[in-house]
Amino acid sequence: MRQRSLAALAMVAALAVTSAGCTVERHWGGGSNAGGGGKAKVGLVTKTDTNPYFVELRAAAKAAAEANGAEFSALAGQFDGDNDGQVRAIENLMQQGANTILITPSSSTGVLDAIDRARKAGVLVIALDTATEPDTAVDATFATDNFEAGRQQGAYVKAALNGKQPKLFMVDGTAGSTVDTQRHTGFLKGIGLTDASPEIKGKTPANGDQSLAQQGVENLLQRTTDINAVYTMNEPMGRGTYAALQARGLVNQIVMGSIDGGCEGVKNVRDGQYAATVMQFPKKMAEQGVLAAVEYAKTGQKPSGFVNTGSAVITDKPIPGVESQDTKWGLENCWGTK
Amino acid sequence: MTTATLKNNERPSIGEFFLRAPAVGPALALLVAIVVFSLSTDTFLDLDNLSLVVQQSLVIGTLALGQTLIILTAGIDLANAAAMVLATLIMAKLVVGGVSGIWALLLGIVATVVIGMVTGSLVTRIKLPPFIVTLGLLTVLTAAAKLFASGQAVPVADELLKWLGTRRYLFGGIPITYGMTLALLMYLGLWYALTRTPWGKHVYAVGNAPESARLSGIKVNRTILSVYIVAGVIVGIAAWQALGRVPNADPNAFQLGNLDSITAVVLGGASLFGGRGSVLGTMMGALVVAVLRSGLTQLGVDALYQDVATGALLIGAVCVDRFARRQQS
Repeated sequence: MRQRSLAALAMVAALAVTSAGCTVERHWGGGSNAGGGGKAKVGLVTKTDTNPYFVELRAAAKAAAEANGAEFSALAGQFDGDNDGQVRAIENLMQQGANTILITPSSSTGVLDAIDRARKAGVLVIALDTATEPDTAVDATFATDNFEAGRQQGAYVKAALNGKQPKLFMVDGTAGSTVDTQRHTGFLKGIGLTDASPEIKGKTPANGDQSLAQQGVENLLQRTTDINAVYTMNEPMGRGTYAALQARGLVNQIVMGSIDGGCEGVKNVRDGQYAATVMQFPKKMAEQGVLAAVEYAKTGQKPSGFVNTGSAVITDKPIPGVESQDTKWGLENCWGTK
Repeated sequence: MTTATLKNNERPSIGEFFLRAPAVGPALALLVAIVVFSLSTDTFLDLDNLSLVVQQSLVIGTLALGQTLIILTAGIDLANAAAMVLATLIMAKLVVGGVSGIWALLLGIVATVVIGMVTGSLVTRIKLPPFIVTLGLLTVLTAAAKLFASGQAVPVADELLKWLGTRRYLFGGIPITYGMTLALLMYLGLWYALTRTPWGKHVYAVGNAPESARLSGIKVNRTILSVYIVAGVIVGIAAWQALGRVPNADPNAFQLGNLDSITAVVLGGASLFGGRGSVLGTMMGALVVAVLRSGLTQLGVDALYQDVATGALLIGAVCVDRFARRQQS
């Protein structure tokens, strides 16, 4: 036993020495990450790799990379807010020689330092889905205009109330997150209220989580059931909210909207759980990001500025004056499992 | 050195061997991982990359150092990462409010020391289990951080607060950050304190058999309290390390930091029942996780499979611990 373990130890040590000997020479220093006249090596860093939205984004980017002959590799943080994990991902992609990094930043300021280092090394960095603060920290941003998506939801809910004074619950995401703030203020603008309006009967943050939303709204309903409108920041929270409203038999007196355009969300709209959702298009973000990477590798040309990949109201109860698509169209264009 | 250790003993079993030198197991795992990744990827064995792997393990490695101390006393700290996140926010907010970097840093560390004192007092005076105390604190501190920051991340511009990550020098061609240097000094310092001072012997004794320690004249409560205070200082320094890595104090960051630090300590050969473990082992444990992540990433292995690998390794490490103990008894 002892002889054998010693022999194994010696072998591992010998392997270590020999491999170190030959590899150091080959891989000293690494290569240049800059684009121009070469093959695109695209790295994608998402917030997490389990959320269906980011799964769709990753799948679309991968498909686009394959179609355009680019190398592709995808990394992610472990949870929403995992800046450290995203910085690690950026460093590892640079180490692998990526010349374009597409990133959905966990927080708008969290990974700026690492992005800066990547850009200084000649890497094209494009923010997808979530903008950075300031937006000049990246070369370009391909994303949903979240303020606009919120505004569309607000405008729909306002129109659906048909002149009635809104009595509103707001189910928010993670307090302070950029996307949450943009959708929230967009919604208020669309419905014509401010944060101080007495028409807002209650607010609850639910971190984008279905069960937290259900709990939060159940608690709000203890305070008052005299409401006629609900804002939800995304569809899982819309489902949780619906469950809470249904338990109180309130679903018919309420106009509820949401944002995301996941296939499950579109089905919720079709089944009447909420009146409308605002669809965003992760596939477009990913494809345009990869195309920009290919262009950069070929010509050294970088995109710039904010590129809105658009958003669309999905509802089966269209209202004159509010542009919308029906759920049939929605199911053809949604993301996630159809 | 390995052969010498074995020769000096009459009938050394593998179990005894691991028990006597708990850092050997993780060191072997580290070596195997490095060899495998060096052979299987073109990019792993590159001095820049090796430096990067160490930098990536610094925050958890520092947290794990404090965790080691607490686990040695048969305790556990589930709130260390939450305390660290709160400290990063305190430092960042003070700087934004016009306080100088050095004061912000010191006050941040004071905060984690106070948290350590509170934990230690609850554990020693009221005899609450450390698991419960820190579980409660985890919730309290996470909420406090979010309240304190209004849920917003705070970017850090102060040079001193970023210093550990941004300043680097070359040592034999390897880029070394001041964060790496500081971590090394802390590991050395604590290694010395644990192995060469009476205080260190007391910590081990208290973790092994508190009653015999008390009977042999060791002030058990005072030792445990001192451990939580020292761990508090270390958590404060981890906050400094974290701002060096990501100069942005985020109340949502490091949600798994407590578990990651426990993983590093256990992979390093420490026993969750106290009294056994080493600073060197913890260093190896933290590095093993970082090496696995980096190497598997470069091999293109999905992050979820990386979690599977890390978890399996953790269970394996505890099996080795059990095996070693059974051999001994």
